Amino acid sequence: MAIEVRVPTILRSYTGGAKIVEGAGETLSALIDDLDAKHNGFKGRLITPEGGLHKFVNIYVNDEDVRFLGALEAKLSDGDSVTILPAVAGGALGFAAAAAILGR
Amino acid sequence: MSTATSVPGKSHGNVNDVLTIDSAIVDAIVAHARRDHPDEACGVVAGPIGSDLPTRLIPMDNAARSMTFYEFDSMEQLRVWREMDDNDEEPVVIYHSHTATEAYPSRTDISFAGEPGAHYVLVSTREPDSEEIRSFRIVDGVVTEEEINIADATVDA
Repeated sequence: MAIEVRVPTILRSYTGGAKIVEGAGETLSALIDDLDAKHNGFKGRLITPEGGLHKFVNIYVNDEDVRFLGALEAKLSDGDSVTILPAVAGGALGFAAAAAILGR
Repeated sequence: MSTATSVPGKSHGNVNDVLTIDSAIVDAIVAHARRDHPDEACGVVAGPIGSDLPTRLIPMDNAARSMTFYEFDSMEQLRVWREMDDNDEEPVVIYHSHTATEAYPSRTDISFAGEPGAHYVLVSTREPDSEEIRSFRIVDGVVTEEEINIADATVDA
């Protein structure tokens, strides 16, 4: 069960600079746990202390945003490709209000 | 003007304290910001990896369509980021407008800044007939303003 994971620049400090790493798991949640075991601290950049996906990243399984696939419960299959990108957002609005708008 | 000596840096890093950008691209960014005013406009300028030179303007949809917030549409972003990958490009500039405040990163901008190699360009369109354009590095929550060197082929070349 190998899943290719594309890592954005900002998280490559956790992967020794690697742009593509391999992981395993039947759900996104299991994959992230597997990645965290190999790349200590990785999980904390993707998942909030409350257990939801961080607003600061977008995660895709193949060509779909995982928010449309059940988020952390998204099912994975051998050969799937997972892409992580930094969410690009901002603006003049205060941070708390912006976070509420995103409300993911 | 500062006369600080530049320190030779790692060739793969963006160690310059200046953004060099073509005037035609600056004009197009300003036009985009004016077009979407009073909503915030946003986009990317891609360039060859490691060149630190923005060459291909990609105006993005502001999925939030807001006067005080912008957000790339996640599916459009995936398509554009893959296209850059295929072209051996990276996001050299990430730009957006503030439509009623100055061209300086807000706390929201700083919190979301996730491309440590990019120049964050802000345009303010609060004045109807002049624009304020400034460029910043935002790395680990630290904002550093840098000069913008607008390269005009008709003057420089």
